[in-house]
Amino acid sequence: MSSIALPKIGTTDRWDGLRPLALAAPLLLLLLFSFGAPIVALLSRAVYEPTIANALPHTIAALRQDSGAGVPGEPVFLALAADLKQAQAAGAVYEFAKALNTRLPGARSQVLRVARIATQDQATGKEAMIKAAPLLGEEQSWAAIRTGTNRFTSFYLLSAFDLRWTERGTIGAVPADQAVFLRVFGRTFLIATIVTLATLALAFPLAFVITNLRPAVAGMVLVLVLLPFWTSILVRTAAWTVILQKFGLLNDLLLWLGLTSDRLELMYSRTGLIIAMTHIQLPFTLLPIYSVMRSVKPSLVRAAQSLGARPFTAFWRVYLPQVMPGVLAGCLLTFILCLGYYITPVLIGGASDQLISNFIANYVNVELNWEMAAALSFVLLASTLGLYVTLTRYLGLDLFKMG
Amino acid sequence: MKRVSRTTLLALASAAIVGQLQPASAEELTVMATGGAWQAALRQAWFEPFAKKMGIKFNEQEYTGELGKIKAMVETGNVPIDLVTVETSTVLQGCDAGVLIRLDYSKVADRSRFLPGTALDCGVGIDVYGDVLAYDTTVLKEAPTSVLDIFDTKKFPGKRAMRKAPAQNLEWALMADGVPIADIYKVLGTLAGVDRAFKKLDTIKKDIVWWDAGAQPPQLLASKEVVMTTAWNGRIQNAIDQDKRPFAIVWDNQIVEYDMIAIPKSAKNLDLAYKYLAYAADPEVGARLGRFIPYGPVLTDATPFVPKEVLPKLPTAPDHMKSYLVGDVEFWGDHGEDLVKRFNAWLAQ
Repeated sequence: MSSIALPKIGTTDRWDGLRPLALAAPLLLLLLFSFGAPIVALLSRAVYEPTIANALPHTIAALRQDSGAGVPGEPVFLALAADLKQAQAAGAVYEFAKALNTRLPGARSQVLRVARIATQDQATGKEAMIKAAPLLGEEQSWAAIRTGTNRFTSFYLLSAFDLRWTERGTIGAVPADQAVFLRVFGRTFLIATIVTLATLALAFPLAFVITNLRPAVAGMVLVLVLLPFWTSILVRTAAWTVILQKFGLLNDLLLWLGLTSDRLELMYSRTGLIIAMTHIQLPFTLLPIYSVMRSVKPSLVRAAQSLGARPFTAFWRVYLPQVMPGVLAGCLLTFILCLGYYITPVLIGGASDQLISNFIANYVNVELNWEMAAALSFVLLASTLGLYVTLTRYLGLDLFKMG
Repeated sequence: MKRVSRTTLLALASAAIVGQLQPASAEELTVMATGGAWQAALRQAWFEPFAKKMGIKFNEQEYTGELGKIKAMVETGNVPIDLVTVETSTVLQGCDAGVLIRLDYSKVADRSRFLPGTALDCGVGIDVYGDVLAYDTTVLKEAPTSVLDIFDTKKFPGKRAMRKAPAQNLEWALMADGVPIADIYKVLGTLAGVDRAFKKLDTIKKDIVWWDAGAQPPQLLASKEVVMTTAWNGRIQNAIDQDKRPFAIVWDNQIVEYDMIAIPKSAKNLDLAYKYLAYAADPEVGARLGRFIPYGPVLTDATPFVPKEVLPKLPTAPDHMKSYLVGDVEFWGDHGEDLVKRFNAWLAQ
């Protein structure tokens, strides 16, 4: 009898595994097309940049004929003039000049000038072109052009770490006055850490108190915590500017209480930013901790104490390990959300409190350098995923099981 | 009953579909501008009268002036705007990038009627404004006498606000460091000059609050968050005239600049957009903006039409032109991108 029944159970099991997947398939497909594909398309701009190669087909061919490094000979310049003329007609010169300018500061205006001259059919030779665009007479410019003709580039990803290819073909640091991103990444992670710890310090006792309140009162306290959670982040940030500004509510209160003798500079400062971010993030840390605390049986702590454990030992060895998954989940959630903060640093932070998202937005909106934005986004995404994987793998935390 | 309602529904639905397929009876023109008191003035002076004259609907959008927004519209092929106001250096950038169309001036006006540098290939001037210094007279006991006083933290301690951009700030830094006004752009064109300007800015970096939108300086002064701020003169004048704020403007060493309007590539109502540009290029119409915000006309023949009481408030009033610099568009078109990058790196450090 069992020999007949067993394979049947086996097939049901297999179908059981597929059925939820089939149910989720429409959602997964939607996510893939509306979320996954655009992200991949944007991130690919960080490593795939065909602008220079597309603009210079003749020059690339001529460069292959030209032997050796350094400034090439007359044929390459003639080919370059032809390419620029073609690009000018197709309206592609600007994109090319901008792409080259990223690698070779100052190239933009010279390329545009030489393209205008090439279109008028004057001075297509080497000497005349170098006269119009002195950069073309320098070895490092041609090194930049040669590496630029490769459609796949590591330039932007290296730049995201303040690195570059040096003239000798090794990877080195960029000049000090251009080094930005390591500092900004460090700052982003630092502020996210401080805000996470601050929310934990506030959320843990609060969650503990709420768990031990009568259900009716607990519900009211929870609503008080959640009410701001349902308000737009922009509104909450604007509200904080009213409170934190120099002649704002907080400064008035502190002066009135006699706690300070001078008005504090809280707006456009890191202190103000951390206060506002901590408030906004509090529910994200609190709710996972609270949901786990509610499921912990109080009898276990009492049992520990009745067996002779002191209150601290009972808390440390019996209570804390049980609520730890909630603490880790709440902290991870807050930390990851903090990494992507944009609007609060803009409105409350000072110039040296801008986070990586602000730089990504600047590259997308103002500088139109979407490649650099993609590279920075990639580093941010990779470090976030890396953090998540590390925590789930080594600390045994499973966010999916938390839900 | 059920059948009747279904028929009605069907009729309504088909009517709605047919209604959508037919073009709207009134023509529409959509403009995107940088908001605040300035856009309100543009509306009163030009947008509403033009809409009335042509019998069209005039839609408005707001943005903070970044070319990225226009570029994204053009690249995705969905351009919901027909006109956009831009800064002069952005016109050059957008022109090269193929985001703004090259204007056919035969449909606008004779180029020679414009002040030099205000009739560009891809954008036409709207007004003349001044980058000035503003302060609250109830806060500062001693009045600053020059924009360059912003660098004097001994005489005027406290936070001061500047625009979050290298343009104007680098020029002022060099002026404050003793470079004659005539040589500013020559010096700024060299690496040593740029270093020198940043070094001067370093001396007040920790005291600076940075603003992005033109509406912020009056707010920063009103909330007493800063003791003085650089600003566009019209925004401050409107706060003085309309909101009765106790602010004052310092004109010495102001930087004179032009606002521009342009047509994005693939704009849907091109003819109407050109008609608007031609309308605003009429001398009498062109002078009208001054009544609503104290910015001067870019049309050389419009000055006689500027109301008498407005003239002394303009950046071009003789009293305000004792010491000034005209912003060099070509310079910022050429060096803007590199200097913005350097500026952002400097800010982050």
